Amino acid sequence: LSICFRTVEPLEYYRRFLKENCRPDGRELGEFRTTTVNIGNSAPGSITTADGSALVKLGNTTVICGVKAELAAPAVDSSNKGYIVPNVELPSLCAERFRSGPPGEEAQAASQFIADVIENSQMIVKEDLCIANGKLAWVLYCDIICLDYDGNLLDASVFALLAALKNVQLPSVTINEETGLSEVNLKQKTPLIIRKHPVATSFAIFDDTLLIVDPTAEEEDLATGTVTIVTDEEGRLCSVHKPGGSPLTGAKLQDCITRAITRHKEVKKLIDKVIKSITPK
Amino acid sequence: PGDTSVLAGLYGPAEAKLSKELPDRAALEVLLRPKVGLPGVMERSREQLLRQTCEAVVLGVLHPRTAITLVLQVLSDAGSLLSCCLNAACMVLLDAGLPLATLFCGITCALQPDGAILLDPTARQEQEARAVLTFAISSSERKVLMATTKGSCSVEEMQQCLAAAQRAADTIFQFYRDSVHRRYSK
Repeated sequence: LSICFRTVEPLEYYRRFLKENCRPDGRELGEFRTTTVNIGNSAPGSITTADGSALVKLGNTTVICGVKAELAAPAVDSSNKGYIVPNVELPSLCAERFRSGPPGEEAQAASQFIADVIENSQMIVKEDLCIANGKLAWVLYCDIICLDYDGNLLDASVFALLAALKNVQLPSVTINEETGLSEVNLKQKTPLIIRKHPVATSFAIFDDTLLIVDPTAEEEDLATGTVTIVTDEEGRLCSVHKPGGSPLTGAKLQDCITRAITRHKEVKKLIDKVIKSITPK
Repeated sequence: PGDTSVLAGLYGPAEAKLSKELPDRAALEVLLRPKVGLPGVMERSREQLLRQTCEAVVLGVLHPRTAITLVLQVLSDAGSLLSCCLNAACMVLLDAGLPLATLFCGITCALQPDGAILLDPTARQEQEARAVLTFAISSSERKVLMATTKGSCSVEEMQQCLAAAQRAADTIFQFYRDSVHRRYSK
């Protein structure tokens, strides 16, 4: 009987749960789904051809990120900066609403969001990617692909990106003075310098008042708005992304920010634990 | 404001294509055309922001199975482009007479390196700023409809910018009132 009710009147079904301060999958309003992360070339579910990779699961939402480093000449106006190119893909296998073909609006907006987060948080400083001023620099192509979409894409993508970048080892490059060509030494590898660790926390707004954390796809459809807050380890806001939806008062926004800061600590602990477990290679 | 100008045109509620129509509400579409070049990823994400802000405000349930198309053409960009687009969008919704739940206005704040808050920054000030925050504030109770930030700032600074933006919203709503008054009192 409850399945019928859920299909016919999903909003009412949800409201009954929200009144009791919980959700159909048993979580509380402020509780996240189980987060698992797989980093590195030897772990199952990672990419061996990429320079760095990570697989993140937030409940059912699965996102994999692969980072490939290539060499290129820096731009004329910023000769000491490398490039980071994030690309988010939502292939049709992850959810039935996404059709195959050119990237839809959601994928493009997500790519722009990730690019903004990298830029705002100064996670990777582009000057660090420069090898020889004006001649050679690294380009990091970050491909973030969603394998299973069950809500909260932005959180999972930011987490996957961070984990993959922590895993990247750049080979050392020397420029041969006589020939002017670059020589890549694959034996000598140094890890990428990551300055800040941004973590995203997404909330769904219901009926202008209730805020729930880590929405599933069903909750996102029923919600009247979403908010995503990206914080770094110093408690600074790297991004506040609230694309329309119900209006929020400043106080409610402050509650979101406080929750986001707590979440940051949990995620940081998780990442540190996983990195430590794979480092003695 | 200043030298930034955006031209907005609204078409609708008109008949929607079968693939796009929604059974219970109007389907809103926003197209943002930059001054030079083809629309890119940045335009797409801006369109998404504008679309969701407008969807929250327009009473779409009064016009089911229709399409409302909002086209914005950037004529010149001298800073604060997103809030200019937001203001243009709201005025064009008003002008078309679409039923709205509340009005909104766009305000950009730049946080300078020394901590000073600057409203409606020019392109130069935006570049030098530590962080640029754009808010869409609604006319009822000054709540936040939309927020985006560029650059990082602390939580207190964000709250201060938000408070400043809410105060400035009053001036902009007064401007809306004056413009509409001028238009209809001929």
